Amino acid sequence: MKGSKFTRRDLLKSTALATASVVGAPLAAPYVHGAYAAGKLSLGLWDHWVPGANDTLTKLCNEWGEKNKVEVHIDYITSQGEKDKLTAAAEAQARTGHDIMSHRDWNIVVHHQAMEPVNDVVGDLIKQNGPISPVAEYLANIDGQWAGVPTTVGSQVKPCCSRFDLYKQHAGIDLQDIFPNDESKYVKAKTDTWTWDTYLSSAEKLFKAGYPVGLPMGQTSDAVDWVAALFKSYGVVMVDEKSDIRINSPETRTALEYLKKLMAVNPPEVYAWDDAGNNRWLISGKGSSIMNPPSAWSVAKRDNPEVAKNCWTHAMPMGPKGRFVGQLPQFYGVWSFSQNKPAAKDLLRYISQKDSARRLVAASNGYDLPSFKSFYDFETWKTVEPPVGTVYSYPPRGDEQTSMCGAPARPDVAAQLYNQALPTVMVSKFTQGNEKLDDVIKWAEGELEGYLRS
Amino acid sequence: MVDVTHPLRSAAAPAAPAAKTGLNRLMRRRSSVAFLMCLPLIVIITSLVIYPAGYSMFLSTLNKAQTKFVGLDNFRFLLKRDVFLMVVWQSAIFAITAVLFKALIGLVTAHLVNNLPAKGQRKWRGMLLVPWVIPLALSTLSWWWLFDPTHSAFNYVIEAFGGEPIAWLGNPYWARFSVILVNVWYGAPFFLIMYLAALKSVPEQLYEAAKIDGANAWQQFIHVTLPMMRNIIAITVLFSLIVTFANFDIVQIMTAGGPRNMTHVFATYAFLLGIRSGDIPLGASVSLFMFPILAISAVFILRGVRKRGREIG
Repeated sequence: MKGSKFTRRDLLKSTALATASVVGAPLAAPYVHGAYAAGKLSLGLWDHWVPGANDTLTKLCNEWGEKNKVEVHIDYITSQGEKDKLTAAAEAQARTGHDIMSHRDWNIVVHHQAMEPVNDVVGDLIKQNGPISPVAEYLANIDGQWAGVPTTVGSQVKPCCSRFDLYKQHAGIDLQDIFPNDESKYVKAKTDTWTWDTYLSSAEKLFKAGYPVGLPMGQTSDAVDWVAALFKSYGVVMVDEKSDIRINSPETRTALEYLKKLMAVNPPEVYAWDDAGNNRWLISGKGSSIMNPPSAWSVAKRDNPEVAKNCWTHAMPMGPKGRFVGQLPQFYGVWSFSQNKPAAKDLLRYISQKDSARRLVAASNGYDLPSFKSFYDFETWKTVEPPVGTVYSYPPRGDEQTSMCGAPARPDVAAQLYNQALPTVMVSKFTQGNEKLDDVIKWAEGELEGYLRS
Repeated sequence: MVDVTHPLRSAAAPAAPAAKTGLNRLMRRRSSVAFLMCLPLIVIITSLVIYPAGYSMFLSTLNKAQTKFVGLDNFRFLLKRDVFLMVVWQSAIFAITAVLFKALIGLVTAHLVNNLPAKGQRKWRGMLLVPWVIPLALSTLSWWWLFDPTHSAFNYVIEAFGGEPIAWLGNPYWARFSVILVNVWYGAPFFLIMYLAALKSVPEQLYEAAKIDGANAWQQFIHVTLPMMRNIIAITVLFSLIVTFANFDIVQIMTAGGPRNMTHVFATYAFLLGIRSGDIPLGASVSLFMFPILAISAVFILRGVRKRGREIG
């Protein structure tokens, strides 16, 4: 019996060993690296209108996912009928949904309080690539916190896209000579001739020739962006940084008087155009010039090649305060309620690299415009055709600067001003509604006062 | 016997039959069965109608950042805005004009269909219901193509006859006309089918008696048909008024509120402020603005319907 004696000490020892073996078993077991060991990431992204562009973005995300063992799920959400904005609003309100969401124009401001700051990601990108677009900074850097990462996909500017054959024939202007497809060949004496006054006189000639320019004056972004760029080049400030209303100014009056003349040589239907109206106008062959990204040219390549081969994208006209083009960056934001923030940030860092941007720009035929000037040397803009160099001047070059409607007002005020299309409603009241200039400005002051409510 | 041999069980026994009887009694009551059968609907209405309505009422009492209770401040603010007052005016024009024409067209068409021989009536009824059956977003898109600012099919025809093209959606007044027209086109079949049902339920004897008294067709319509249809007219007009005041699709697809904000109605303006401009409390206030007015008019109309129902009964 001696051998079988089981003392208190034996009991404690064996219990300890058993416990250790049970607890330690999983620790000691070999680590099985699952396909998606680092979890999942869901993205709600803007559905690109260029066929195939989504595929390149999906490929980039999957490359990152495979490398990092993260399962990436992407929902491409159309901007038709503002479905993407509705989805973002619903997710922000419910505080659940995708981890990463793309936000067009002012939507990043609308939802900035529900965003995880991404200063680390944007800071690193600026260190790598140099200065970022001031418009992107104005929109997404709110009180020193970056609410989103400026994207390449969907970001755009809206310069002139003109029929160089018609300009040469009916207005005597050689646009290819003024804006050649090599920035080093820009001649200041020539580019300085491309002013709003020149634009008006040539528009009058083209109107007489039966090929009017087509400048939308509805309440959608294409209309607001070009009017805001014109306002900026005339020095119009609607609300300043201190939230003082400054719309009642000589600059506003000059710009509106100018627009009265310009709208008179546009087709009357521009007041009803949505963002596709000007594209259709150019593609149909009736129009001589619009202000748009190269989407119209791109569709014309398929639907009306004769028009496409005579299109030339070039800088906006210059006004008394400079040459400005409307810019609309898109942003990827990480929701503050995301379950996988570190992975989300890492993915954004990956798809924002210069090489990723190069692939995305190529996939969109040059439509997508990165927010770093150092990326403007991509081959795509030099090589796409017809004709070769047609979209070379799509990224702002020479003295052209980007602008954003509503700046420098505080972002929540400017967001309302933009979304409620204050500039184009003002112009429409004055040009189409024939309201008195003073009444229009007084009405705008009242609206701006309302926007300032907190 | 069992109760006698097992006193402990006998003490507990009366409770079970009582519960069983209670449940049976409950289930025997017709109202309980009706309630249970309605329960799925009650759950759906509570979660998809009552809760969102209550939540939007709550939202309308918050400030822009949704951090502070502000009571009715959002409504006070709206009443001082020029654009909002224009939206109130436009919504009233849109809803009242559209409902008036829908009711009128519905009434005339219902009479025409009612007087068709029974054999071909079903075909006409089916064809006339088509606008109401097609998904509204889809049919509105087709209308938009007809009114297209640059390539309008209507203008093509007008120009073919030597006329001047019309800026259907570019001119604010034509744009208002266009959105009302589409709403009438879509909604008139609803009135038609309701009025047709009402017409068929008018007893033939009443017309025979009226004829014997020497009433002509117009007098029969005024003194027999209309009084017998009053309830259905009141309910359809009320229902349509509520739905038309809340219309979103037609205006959003055709004009998105433009030109110059002159076609905005409550729903599109609420969308613009709440979703696009990020001021959800203000958007909720816009969408709720008509709620008290419509609720009060609904009470009066339904009270009239009940009163007339009792008189007829």
